[in-house]
Amino acid sequence: MSLFTLGIARGLLGQVLGMVIGMLLTCAVRILLGWEAWAAEPAWTVGSVCSIIGFLLGVGSLDDWLKWTKGIPTPMHHGPPVDKPAWTRYFSVDYNHKVIGVQYTVWGILLLMVGGTVAMIFRTELARSGLQFLGLDLYNSFIGMHGMIMIFAILLGVGGMGNYLVPLMIGAEDMAFPRLNALGFWFNVPGSILLLLSLFIGGWDAGWTAYPPLSARGPIGYQLFFLGVFAIGLSSIVGSLNLLVTILRMRPPGMSLFRMPIFCWAVFATSLLQLTATQLIGTSFLMVSVQRALGMGFFDPRGILGEVSPMVGGGDPVLFQHLFWFYSHPAVYIFVLPGLGIVSELLPVFSRKPLFGYKWIALSSMAIAILGFIVWGHHMFVSGYNDILRIPFMYATLLVAIPTGVKFFSWLGTMWGGKIHFDTPMLFVLGAISVFLIGGLSGPILATVPTDFPLHDSYFIVGHFHATMFGGFVFPFFAALYYWFPKVTGRMYNEKLGKIHFFIMTPAFWVQTLGQMGVGVMGMRRRIADYDPTLGGGQIENWQMAVTIAGFAIAFGVMLMLWNFFQHAEVGVAAGDNPWRSRSPEWQIPSPIPEHSFPAPVRVVGEPYDYGLADSGYVTTASTGDD
Amino acid sequence: MTATAIEHGREHEHAADDHHHTGDVDLPTYLEFTRRNRLGMWLFFASEAFLFLALLVTRFYLWRGPHGEVVRPELDQFAGLVVTAVLLLSSYFMNRAEVSIANDKRTDFLASLLITAALGTAFLVGVVVWEWGMFPSIVKGHLKPTDGVFGAVVFGMTGMHALHVLSGVVLILNVWWLGRKGHFSSERHWGVEACAIYWHYVDLVWIFFYPAIYLIGSTIEAPH
Repeated sequence: MSLFTLGIARGLLGQVLGMVIGMLLTCAVRILLGWEAWAAEPAWTVGSVCSIIGFLLGVGSLDDWLKWTKGIPTPMHHGPPVDKPAWTRYFSVDYNHKVIGVQYTVWGILLLMVGGTVAMIFRTELARSGLQFLGLDLYNSFIGMHGMIMIFAILLGVGGMGNYLVPLMIGAEDMAFPRLNALGFWFNVPGSILLLLSLFIGGWDAGWTAYPPLSARGPIGYQLFFLGVFAIGLSSIVGSLNLLVTILRMRPPGMSLFRMPIFCWAVFATSLLQLTATQLIGTSFLMVSVQRALGMGFFDPRGILGEVSPMVGGGDPVLFQHLFWFYSHPAVYIFVLPGLGIVSELLPVFSRKPLFGYKWIALSSMAIAILGFIVWGHHMFVSGYNDILRIPFMYATLLVAIPTGVKFFSWLGTMWGGKIHFDTPMLFVLGAISVFLIGGLSGPILATVPTDFPLHDSYFIVGHFHATMFGGFVFPFFAALYYWFPKVTGRMYNEKLGKIHFFIMTPAFWVQTLGQMGVGVMGMRRRIADYDPTLGGGQIENWQMAVTIAGFAIAFGVMLMLWNFFQHAEVGVAAGDNPWRSRSPEWQIPSPIPEHSFPAPVRVVGEPYDYGLADSGYVTTASTGDD
Repeated sequence: MTATAIEHGREHEHAADDHHHTGDVDLPTYLEFTRRNRLGMWLFFASEAFLFLALLVTRFYLWRGPHGEVVRPELDQFAGLVVTAVLLLSSYFMNRAEVSIANDKRTDFLASLLITAALGTAFLVGVVVWEWGMFPSIVKGHLKPTDGVFGAVVFGMTGMHALHVLSGVVLILNVWWLGRKGHFSSERHWGVEACAIYWHYVDLVWIFFYPAIYLIGSTIEAPH
């Protein structure tokens, strides 16, 4: 079997060829225009655009559409490839949502590890004051890189959970648009490669937020960074579109919107945000990109004739912040809503009780999504925008606490008086709640204008942000990995190792996030490579060291989890079809799930979360009969 | 994207080849596939609306005079009016194409598609040659992309819109070519419908862009 039977190998070859062709094309055009043949920035930019197309052509995710433009029919192929080993389907274009879900998740975990490694490097640098082994530029590139890779990783994790779980949970055969689903995944691969490649051609040293004017004058790496974000953004848009149509049109008869598994509501709310807000980060980055490439001065205050014109005020960098945060604030809700959905999904299973206030949880997700559109300005309290905007943005932001509080009280109500089983997924759910509480309670301090002023761009906000990301995504994502691992592989992970992972990672994370907030209050600035060792009465180095050690403990815990999964995916104890005694449709069918998930149409016969109600079920499939 | 949506409409034709369904499962009908496609298409429009809204916001944010009043650059009003009229007219023929295929009038269908594509191309030429002045030997343009926020926003908005028109023309020609090969029927022509609503959508965007660029605000002479 040659290497190039793997789609991903052909894709990578296509990406390299695309890059070369794009560069040659640029040179050719420049020669025709009578300019000097080689110019690094246009060559790399056009090359990168062509490299994305080259990858997609090479991997084969555009094949069917190209045939359709010629009117050639393309019957849907089901099952593993006929002439190749079955595992190759995970490395090639495959239209089964379960394969695509695994592809998303694995690629997401890989990026999570890259992003984590980058964090470990600069965290080690921060353990002591002074610069030990990182230069200032590299430090800057690394913190930006950590941020953006983690955002990619989280979007992939969200995509993985949504793609794998939503069709199963609503008893659908597949996603509404399987080909679009595959394309959505494959955008991510060239996108993340461009992002990593950008480090080697200058990097981008103004952080992941790419604020102009720094980003408009920074190294060439910015163009690759922007294109990587465009690719991931396209993936977000087509993926969320697909999930929305799937949820709206493919539910079985009887499954009204308020009878879906609650995770589907979370995905629905997230998808609405992803579908629309993603355009804004694309637009803002495109504007910086064309400002660099064509001199279009959207954010260049010099204006007409290269001077600040008395008639027209020139461009405005603050506009960039408005456009950028219009996506990048909802983005954090895109990250956390599915995670909070996982918490709501798993709590009833492990508490053996109905979900408390189903409708309220469902609507609170929608409320968070809608509020997400009107709070972006709280990132800009010190940007110098119109003072009058601060108060409405402050109040809008504080309103977010209400639907979030609804979720917390629903979770407590669900657990209250329940018969709680402390398996690893449940532990991670509880860890998520505790960590998200830390993140949530530190939020209003930053949302309130007077307290934000001294804390803005300090490490306090880093602590807050990491608590919301870990509580809202990482802990629930790990809970989901442990919980659905037996469904995906048919095998059980090692429970003891899972618990060790939990008991290392959770206290370590508390130390990390509270430590970050602590050094922030002492005066540690965000995104600055060095700090004054006399801060905090000379105690800051001890705190920094504690945060660094906690970071390494978290990394160790994650490695333990991956080793646990790796070890037990093939040889673990057979898990059975429904080890958690869940009512959800995906647990009523065999593990691992056969090619066609449901042998017969799913019928809804009860409520999704009536745990503890004897002789009741949520759905029937042919395999469970009408019991 | 549009190609995606269009082509999904044709899955029904091959659904019968799928033999995974057991006997008691009803295959989704063409109507059901079309409903999914239609919803997907409108969600795509919702997404795109945010892109165009961002450009409109940029225009009103950046084009401000010394006292905060809304301003606009001096542009060729005649050119703007002509290309707008051409684009609006093209939507009529797009609609005629869709109605024709629904009534199985193939000659009208194909002719209308060609007229639409021609008008779309005329719009593109009007923008690129006349308004942008890409070929100064034919028409000298009014603004350059580097002319401050006026140049940036005019080229940003018309450029993003022109990209959509270009993709629309390519789609129309693709549909025309498939239609010539007898690809659509009066009952089954989701591909035509998708192309048509995409075209109308791009038109609709221009209805917002045209006044924003050419009409709203008082003019300020670009200092040349």
